[in-house]
Amino acid sequence: MSLYYLQKFLYELNRDESFQEKCREDIAAQFDGFDLTEEEAGALEDGDIGLLYVLGVNGQILMHYAAFLGIEWFDYLELMREGIDKHGQVRDGVYTMTGGGDAFTAEDPNK
Amino acid sequence: MSLVYSGVLSHAPGITGRDHLCENTEKRDELHAALDRQRQEIEASGAEALIVMAAEHFANFFMNNMPAFCVGIGEKYSGPIEDPEWLKIPKTDVPGAANLGKRLTKEIMQTVDTAYAEEWKFDHGIMVPLHFLTPRYDMPIIPVNINCQGPPLTPLHRAWAFGEAIRRACDSVPEKVALVGTGGLSHWPATPDSGKINEPWDREFLGRLERHDKEALLSYTDEGTYRDGGQGGFEIRTYIAAAAAAGGAMDLQFYTPDLPIFAVGVCTARFEIS
Repeated sequence: MSLYYLQKFLYELNRDESFQEKCREDIAAQFDGFDLTEEEAGALEDGDIGLLYVLGVNGQILMHYAAFLGIEWFDYLELMREGIDKHGQVRDGVYTMTGGGDAFTAEDPNK
Repeated sequence: MSLVYSGVLSHAPGITGRDHLCENTEKRDELHAALDRQRQEIEASGAEALIVMAAEHFANFFMNNMPAFCVGIGEKYSGPIEDPEWLKIPKTDVPGAANLGKRLTKEIMQTVDTAYAEEWKFDHGIMVPLHFLTPRYDMPIIPVNINCQGPPLTPLHRAWAFGEAIRRACDSVPEKVALVGTGGLSHWPATPDSGKINEPWDREFLGRLERHDKEALLSYTDEGTYRDGGQGGFEIRTYIAAAAAAGGAMDLQFYTPDLPIFAVGVCTARFEIS
């Protein structure tokens, strides 16, 4: 697991508009210099928010990346829940799910 | 004395970005009124620059070289780094206070080893406060960061010492300086638990600030905060440093746990400068 480089890739993407443009064109072509596992690279290529969350990407980094992908707020929360359902609990970091998958926002249409 | 204002406020991106999803508009309007009161109080203080002591979210600092503290000494800054449509704040330039920032940093470094930076991209942690407090982006800003995101985190007692160092630095310059600490109370941001708020934990922490109870404020552990206040609770460091800078009791001007769409118990408060 190379969570450090996975998060660093997204950190660079989130803060650099020119890097964002390159990633929009061909994200896999930007992986040089980042020591990613096959699973991590695949999650990035697929924009798989649920798997990225389970792999341990810090929520602040992941939230900004989801915004970059144009994912709406409640969809973003649901994608993380789906990731937990599919892959199990978050494997690393401090952004684990502790609420049992419940929704805590009254406005949440999924609640 | 040149620290003329010290306060705290919430900065969650939902405050602007998910305003359109808020159903409790009455409470939302109360929050906006409280933030506008804070704006007016900062303006009335005569402040010539505003220190925004934030808990940034990997906009500038990463685990390749994470400072416990950093002070901005740039001529200007820009933000937000996030999609402006998502945050509902347009990208803009923000004036810095380079000369003042350097003098403050020089004095802070007499007791606290702070990093400094001439480049700084603002994320929601600074842009949301500025959106309400300096809506014309015409106040020179000195961004300050305390590591609340990438463990190992800045120890609370060092955040207190940092606040005291900022106070001493502000008092050593002729300019009038205002300061706001901005961060969470309890919250589980950017997780499926988003919207979860621990009101009793929030009120206990706010009470300790109101009493200026240093011992109680510094008694939190990261393990306990994570359990009871969530990842976002780590951001209490900014409030603790603002309290230390002020030296006096806190006047809680607004708090509500009833805006979960903003994903945090939101508050505004002002400290007595003593």
